Amino acid sequence: MSVVIEQPNQPRSRKGAQWEKRAWIFMRVSGIILIFLILGHLMVNLVLPERGVKSIDFAFVAGKWSSPFWQVYDGIMLWLALIHGTNGMRTLVNDYSEREWVRKTLNVSLWVVAIALVILGTLVITTFDPCIDPDVETYLPNVCKP
Amino acid sequence: MAKRPAGTLYRGKIGMWSWVLHRITGVGIYFFLLVHILDTALVRVSPEAYNSVMHVYKTPIVGVAEIGLVGAILFHGFNGIRVVLIDYWRKGSKYQNQMFWVVLAIFVILMAAWIPRQLMHTFGE
Repeated sequence: MSVVIEQPNQPRSRKGAQWEKRAWIFMRVSGIILIFLILGHLMVNLVLPERGVKSIDFAFVAGKWSSPFWQVYDGIMLWLALIHGTNGMRTLVNDYSEREWVRKTLNVSLWVVAIALVILGTLVITTFDPCIDPDVETYLPNVCKP
Repeated sequence: MAKRPAGTLYRGKIGMWSWVLHRITGVGIYFFLLVHILDTALVRVSPEAYNSVMHVYKTPIVGVAEIGLVGAILFHGFNGIRVVLIDYWRKGSKYQNQMFWVVLAIFVILMAAWIPRQLMHTFGE
């Protein structure tokens, strides 16, 4: 009696394999860049300010984003971290979901969330307005005075 | 009793548990990232909205939780370098155990510097 294997694993298509390879490389490259970006982010926001996390408020962010350096820095960090995280979650979903429709639904949700947040975050960084509030005196006494 | 297969990187012991920890910390960081993008987006709503949500980060509970967050980031980051070395360095898989202890040492040193700093900020003036 022969053993019948239902639906043996199909090898990936050439295109699919290429995509997986690029995703695999991306995780390593983005991961290494993210170590530097995030350690810098933690140092500048949490460790170095005299009052640590208590220093962070609207004026703190406005001060940082008045410089293109921090806008670009935070923008790159946003894109790399979110894609890195989403692809990592995709790996877990592929490993642990047992039903095909659950796997597909979760993966689609992951990318929908990622695209939405990348767009949101990029817009927030690029259109940031330090003088958004007419009552600016309390926040940025110097920048927003006419 | 069959012996454990030799030379496996991800089955049993440090190789496996560091892999498990890498996944758990990764998931934790991912969900924090979602929250963090949303809370930062409030700067586009109003200074009051942003400041009020930042106030939550300054409470003792979140201040202490942030120690865990930074711990997760440090482990995931430095263990990530270990993973890259296992993949690309010719002797990476041979020294994966030793590299784990290096990761742990870096982790302990950085946490020893970070924890008092964060506790001072959270509970001090």
